[in-house]
Amino acid sequence: MSHFGYVLGLADDALIAAQRLSEWCSRAPEMEEDIALANIALDQLGVARMLLGYAGELEGQGRTEDDLAYLREAHEFRNVRLVELDNGDFAVTMAKLLFLSVYQRLLYDRSIGAGDERIAAVAAKARKESAYHVDHSSRWVVRLGDGTDESHRRMQAAVDQIWPYTHQLFEADPAVHALALTGVVVAPSTLRPAWLDTIDAVLTESQLSRPTTEATSHLSRPTAEAASQLSGPTTETASQLSRPTTETAVMSRTRTEHTEALTELLADMQVLHRAHPGARW
Amino acid sequence: MTLFDVVAAVKDPELRVLNVAELGILRDVDVTEDGSAVTVTITPTYSGCPAMDLIRADIESALHDAGVEDVKVRTVLDPPWTTDMITEEGRSKLAAAGIAPPSSTKVTVQLSIRCPRCGSPATEQLSRFGSTACKSLWRCTACLEPFDAVKAL
Repeated sequence: MSHFGYVLGLADDALIAAQRLSEWCSRAPEMEEDIALANIALDQLGVARMLLGYAGELEGQGRTEDDLAYLREAHEFRNVRLVELDNGDFAVTMAKLLFLSVYQRLLYDRSIGAGDERIAAVAAKARKESAYHVDHSSRWVVRLGDGTDESHRRMQAAVDQIWPYTHQLFEADPAVHALALTGVVVAPSTLRPAWLDTIDAVLTESQLSRPTTEATSHLSRPTAEAASQLSGPTTETASQLSRPTTETAVMSRTRTEHTEALTELLADMQVLHRAHPGARW
Repeated sequence: MTLFDVVAAVKDPELRVLNVAELGILRDVDVTEDGSAVTVTITPTYSGCPAMDLIRADIESALHDAGVEDVKVRTVLDPPWTTDMITEEGRSKLAAAGIAPPSSTKVTVQLSIRCPRCGSPATEQLSRFGSTACKSLWRCTACLEPFDAVKAL
């Protein structure tokens, strides 16, 4: 994976997270939460725009941030699968946000000292915003986990459901490793101990247990194509495959393998631009 | 009025009481020797601040109105903006408009935010996120008025 691919991965994580979070707009459980999630989505979108612009420059083919956001197919996106998964109930959204924002906070913190000055500048801006995201999601996880029997049950189910997807955040990629060795970028695998420390502290305070699965290196096949090869393209099969139980750690060798959920998300996000290329408000 | 003053007078569209200089996002106004071209450098408050496009457009039209045709507005990220860059005058104007100014980011202990209307420190946070990216939502338990506060960043 090239430097371009690495930056695109950071950008796509933020872009897809922003799109998913924005789906809560006008649907959140209370007005303050509606505003909070829209604000967090906006922060993520801001980071995505800056990094997509930079990725386009690195690629050198003249693609703009809009070209990259609106005119790529699902298999060209480099986000982790964690961010593309359906929002689920509110607890699932908070589990996703907690796992993502703690990772982003650590990544941005360490990127400030790494050799890529453009990423460092974006990271210096984004790290303080990430701190708010960590704070917001961890407060909700504590409130729900250490709340009623029902909120505890649903928060634990959310953690169990999302946990297998967290391993991909720290996946070792040989090319990223090579960039990291020269000090240009941060090796994601080095972030996991500190990430686990923070997550463990929040889960403990929330009376929640951490799933015990560790990453395995088998290549899972969560795409619709894989589902149809196995047993015909029923949506039931596809959704079962894209939602493994905690016994199966979800690992892939690349960031270009996605679940069906990304295709649906992109259809929504890209429809206007594809129907009216270059449309502006 | 210098061209710097022309740019500095542009208002922030979300905090209408502040101009871009008081908000601390105006980094530089570079005028060519003959005064025919101006390059303005600004920095965003938040990564995704939707007001930036409007601010850029407002700066361009202010300079066009002042007779400058060749205007460039560039955005830099480094060093990142913090709420410490809001000027003293800016803080006073925020408070006068009923928006609590941010506390210093160097303070590690969370001090209570004073109600911008009655001055009481007896306030509670309703939401860490407010009507715009840069604000949070509070309520005064003394005079019962809800108010916005600029988040320390």
